[in-house]
Amino acid sequence: MNTSQSLVYLIALPLAGAALLLLGGRRTDKWGHLLATALSASSFGVGLYQLSQMLGRSTEARPVSQKLFEWINVGTFNVDAGLLLDQLSICFVLLITGVGTLIHVYSISYMSHDHDRRRFFAFLNLFIAAMLLLVLGDSYLSLYVGWEGVGLASYLLIGFWNQKPAYATASKKAFVMNRVGDMGLSFAIMIAFATMGTVSFAGVAEQVENTSEAALTGMGIMLLIAAAGKSAQFPLQAWLGDAMAGPTPVSALIHAATMVTAGVYLITRSNFVFDAAPTAQLLVVIVGAITLMFGALIGTAKDDIKKALAASTMSQIGYMILAAGLGPVGYAFAIMHLLTHGFFKAGMFLGAGSVMHGMNDEVNMRKYGALRKFMPITFATFGLGYLAILGVPPFAGFYSKDMIIETAFNAGGVKGIILGSVTLLGAGITAFYMTRVMILTFTGTKRWDEDAHPHESPWLMWLPMAVLAIGSVTSGFLLSRGDALVNWLHPLFEHHEEHEHHLLEPIVVSGLALTMVAIGVAIAFVKYSRQEVANIAPENVSVFTKIARQDLMQDRFNEAVFMRPGQALTTTLGATDEAVIDGTVRGVGQLAMSSGSALRGLQNGFVRSYAALILVGAVALIAAIWVVVQ
Amino acid sequence: MDASNYLYISALLFTIGAVGVVVRRNAIVVFMCIELMLNAANLSFVTFSRINGDLNGQIMAFFTMVVAACEVVVGLAIIVTIYRSRRSASVDDASLLKR
Repeated sequence: MNTSQSLVYLIALPLAGAALLLLGGRRTDKWGHLLATALSASSFGVGLYQLSQMLGRSTEARPVSQKLFEWINVGTFNVDAGLLLDQLSICFVLLITGVGTLIHVYSISYMSHDHDRRRFFAFLNLFIAAMLLLVLGDSYLSLYVGWEGVGLASYLLIGFWNQKPAYATASKKAFVMNRVGDMGLSFAIMIAFATMGTVSFAGVAEQVENTSEAALTGMGIMLLIAAAGKSAQFPLQAWLGDAMAGPTPVSALIHAATMVTAGVYLITRSNFVFDAAPTAQLLVVIVGAITLMFGALIGTAKDDIKKALAASTMSQIGYMILAAGLGPVGYAFAIMHLLTHGFFKAGMFLGAGSVMHGMNDEVNMRKYGALRKFMPITFATFGLGYLAILGVPPFAGFYSKDMIIETAFNAGGVKGIILGSVTLLGAGITAFYMTRVMILTFTGTKRWDEDAHPHESPWLMWLPMAVLAIGSVTSGFLLSRGDALVNWLHPLFEHHEEHEHHLLEPIVVSGLALTMVAIGVAIAFVKYSRQEVANIAPENVSVFTKIARQDLMQDRFNEAVFMRPGQALTTTLGATDEAVIDGTVRGVGQLAMSSGSALRGLQNGFVRSYAALILVGAVALIAAIWVVVQ
Repeated sequence: MDASNYLYISALLFTIGAVGVVVRRNAIVVFMCIELMLNAANLSFVTFSRINGDLNGQIMAFFTMVVAACEVVVGLAIIVTIYRSRRSASVDDASLLKR
């Protein structure tokens, strides 16, 4: 494999920025944000350079690696800290640094009134570095370091305004739920080490055929748990909605475009494990399908624009996970949807941030309305993202989402029909809730608070939005033209015969999907455009709406099933520790003390009683000896 | 005459001494009873010496006498001191070393 000495700069540049800004303190306040943006952009530059190098080489020679240092060397277990840039990583590197840089630019203006802007940029750079380490690591162990790093950055950024207790709680919630997933990843690494004796991607891929299916299934399930934690997939999805407590650029970068897609990366990267463990692969599909519907249903009921978008993110990542669970035919489409989603969802989040910027940080869509005239650029960029997520041709989502729906239908048998129907229905619901967001925000009557003076955002904010909107329009077409991305990623995935089952022709699938989208849009139109929208959420709604408003009871479920029993368990353990362990220790002390005070009665100071005791003792001793000798 | 009779006498003397130590309050009497016990032991030593036909027991008796003499010196000194400070030679009165 080729080596390249410049891979490390991808990570080192933003990491240096984070270190400098955090250690430099207030001195760097004036220029910190510019430095952070420049470093992120230069990391993007290194990524582009690597891409150009990669394009110049033949297919087999494209992956490059760099050994950083010898990390662990114990007996037969050797792990080098190494970086690996192949066709899959480069997609992520460019997405992370590209979207990341745009969001840095956006944040310069968005956070300009925040006196802690430097700290914000330091954390953003930290996130970029950790995320790059995640996708560039050449072993599960290196990936794990990046995995924890992005978890930390996510925690720090969700709780960036931690002076508000609710936000601090949200960051803690995200961190704790992520830990559950991290546990899955560490177990997966342990399984790999125990059964294969190696944790590098290449090593595990080699050893797969010598490993029992049970071990691979176990590893696959653990990897799935890890992916579910990081990507907010069922059953670990509950943190994403609350993660919207962070500043909006964070939601766009971390909780829409990059970090939450790490689970998709993990599953795609571990394709050799999942291909050899059909049970785990089936579970991946099921998790994806459930989350897809789960997020879509939550999205229909949310009035908070960011939470509606978060639910949408959850749902779209459900699509990716589902595609990744379909095996070799699906990996490339999962990545394609991930990339197009990165563009349009980040763009829409930035649009939401722009709206909030103009509306005194109001997030309730019921208090928006008629903003189209006041924010034409935001409306246009958001609208392009909207068309992209709907899957209207020729926007990006059309290519990526249709491919997933089609692949799902072609999965074969009942499985294919169920998955295809779920993805189709999801597309319809997506159309409904996204149309709802559009209508509530940009059209209709003004339902603003009295002190709202909506205005278009400055160019530093709309420029990144415009770039992302261009991506939302073109990325799907560019990536699927001549199956560009599929062929690009082809060498990484084992391909079987692709055209085994062809349940529905692509054109039929597109037709069905567009019909579902049209129905969704029409329902939303009738419901929200034809009628007056109340600026306070109506109370007399159906029980389904009530449940959806409460995130389908996910928090109550977690509280009843995990938190309360967990609390009971810890209380019991605490009480047991107090009663049994401490009780025993204290009991021994008590026994010594009470027997001591009982014996103390003998110490009465009367010489004669001492003498009598000595006498009795001596007589008893002699009697005992006498008895024994006899 | 059977030597074991001396041992009986020795046991009797020791018992009288031991009972005296336990039941009498006057320190001087208690002291004399202790002397009685020591001498009962001496009588046993001498008797065993006679029975075994060697001098070891007699030598031990001398040792006992020396120790007893030392003990008398120290003991009487203590009793006199206590009597001076308390105007009493009762062993029950000197019971401060408790609890």
